[in-house]
Amino acid sequence: MPPSDTPTNARPQGGGAGAGGGPLIVFDQVVKRFGDLTVLDHLDFSVDPGERVTLIGPSGSGKTTILRLLMTLEKVTEGVIRVGGEPFSHMPRGGSGGLVPAGESYLRERRKRIGMVFQQFNLFPNMTVRQNVIEAPVHVLGIPKEEANAKAEQLLDLVGLADKVDAHPTQLSGGQQQRVAIARALAMSPEILLLDEVTSALDPELVAGVLDVLREVAESTDITMLCVTHEMGFARDVSHRVLMFDQGQIAEEGTPDQIFGDPQEERTRSFLRSVLDNGV
Amino acid sequence: MIWDFEFTLEVMPDFLRGLWVTVQATVFGYLIALALGLVIAMVRRIPVLGTIVHVVMEFIRTTPLLVQLVFVFALVPAGFSPLMVGIIVLGVHYAAYTAEVYRSGIEGVAVGQWEAARALSLPARRTWGAIVLPQAIRKVIPALGNYLIAMFKDTPLLFAITVVELLATAQQVGQASFKIVEAFTLVGFLFLLVSIPSAIIIRRLERRYAAV
Repeated sequence: MPPSDTPTNARPQGGGAGAGGGPLIVFDQVVKRFGDLTVLDHLDFSVDPGERVTLIGPSGSGKTTILRLLMTLEKVTEGVIRVGGEPFSHMPRGGSGGLVPAGESYLRERRKRIGMVFQQFNLFPNMTVRQNVIEAPVHVLGIPKEEANAKAEQLLDLVGLADKVDAHPTQLSGGQQQRVAIARALAMSPEILLLDEVTSALDPELVAGVLDVLREVAESTDITMLCVTHEMGFARDVSHRVLMFDQGQIAEEGTPDQIFGDPQEERTRSFLRSVLDNGV
Repeated sequence: MIWDFEFTLEVMPDFLRGLWVTVQATVFGYLIALALGLVIAMVRRIPVLGTIVHVVMEFIRTTPLLVQLVFVFALVPAGFSPLMVGIIVLGVHYAAYTAEVYRSGIEGVAVGQWEAARALSLPARRTWGAIVLPQAIRKVIPALGNYLIAMFKDTPLLFAITVVELLATAQQVGQASFKIVEAFTLVGFLFLLVSIPSAIIIRRLERRYAAV
């Protein structure tokens, strides 16, 4: 059991990218329903700039939904999400100070600062690795192609796939595909990186490579990370804070050492037991 | 029955002229069907407009091409080239089919592809043009190819609006000369001359795109 304040686990002190030193991400009474099913129930939480937060909990507890709401793949039912002090799920209505659900162009502008890595990689199979990585920098940020290529090569080097730039995703292993997906997300220089069970679809022997890359990213950048995972060892190494979800609400939160070493809630204890017993 | 070679040579120019009309109608009609079908498949994803377009396309798909040809030809002012009208009607009629083919291709693209495009903030133009359509179209090339051949075989219907294509030529020549067997055998032969190479080309395309 390592001491609680290893350097990587030191929580960032203010500063960073958030406006005026406040939290970067705020969920304010967020409700998400799918039909009759309430996935998130008046959820409040915030994430500081540069903070790395791991979301754990049983499946169906709403962890992934939080990431999908931030990526605007889903719309909030009630409540407001703010990023960098600006409403994200909603946009200000002219003059009145009221908020209305955000329109598509408003969302697209806000979304640029957030990157996401998916469980199923979701690389574009009709493009080479290089094209996957430069697609958004060139066509969204308007970066010149040579510059985007140079950055892509640098990122692919970071994820250990410098020799695969011209390969197609189908020629890569799952672990390699996921590392390309990480490079693709980082190519947009996001302030916030969302990781949605990024190792769950991988063969066991490929998991370590992907986690090593993410550790490297965590250590070498001040990127804010929200991570849904069942890799408790990784969560412990990388995150500043762990949120335990159950039934759409935060059941318990704390540092990795508090949550994994001395969980207070029975729900957390039984969840951790089930995860560790199954060796997932 | 003895095959009349002299007659065959004599009518060949007329037949080739008819074949040329058939090929024109097929190629241009098919280009319309390919382009319009794609537009329709994309528009169908827009809420209200999509439903309206869907209803119109269902109507076109469930009424006979022959009826549509005669109906439209009767509506357009005199002076329009019958071949032009025929090409447009053929194209629109088949667009109703190709739209369904494209639609199945588009729906076959994994949801994750849309989500990844969205997560990268790609504009709709890139999402469709660089990601969804290249994957969707590759999958439906065989089905689209089948409609090319089906359309080719439907071109004789243009006779109903006075377009003298290959089959109509044979009918005219056959009736005038009483050499029915020669006339229609020649037609069959010429149809094969076009459709076999087309089928081979389509098969090649399929193989090429299925491999990736």
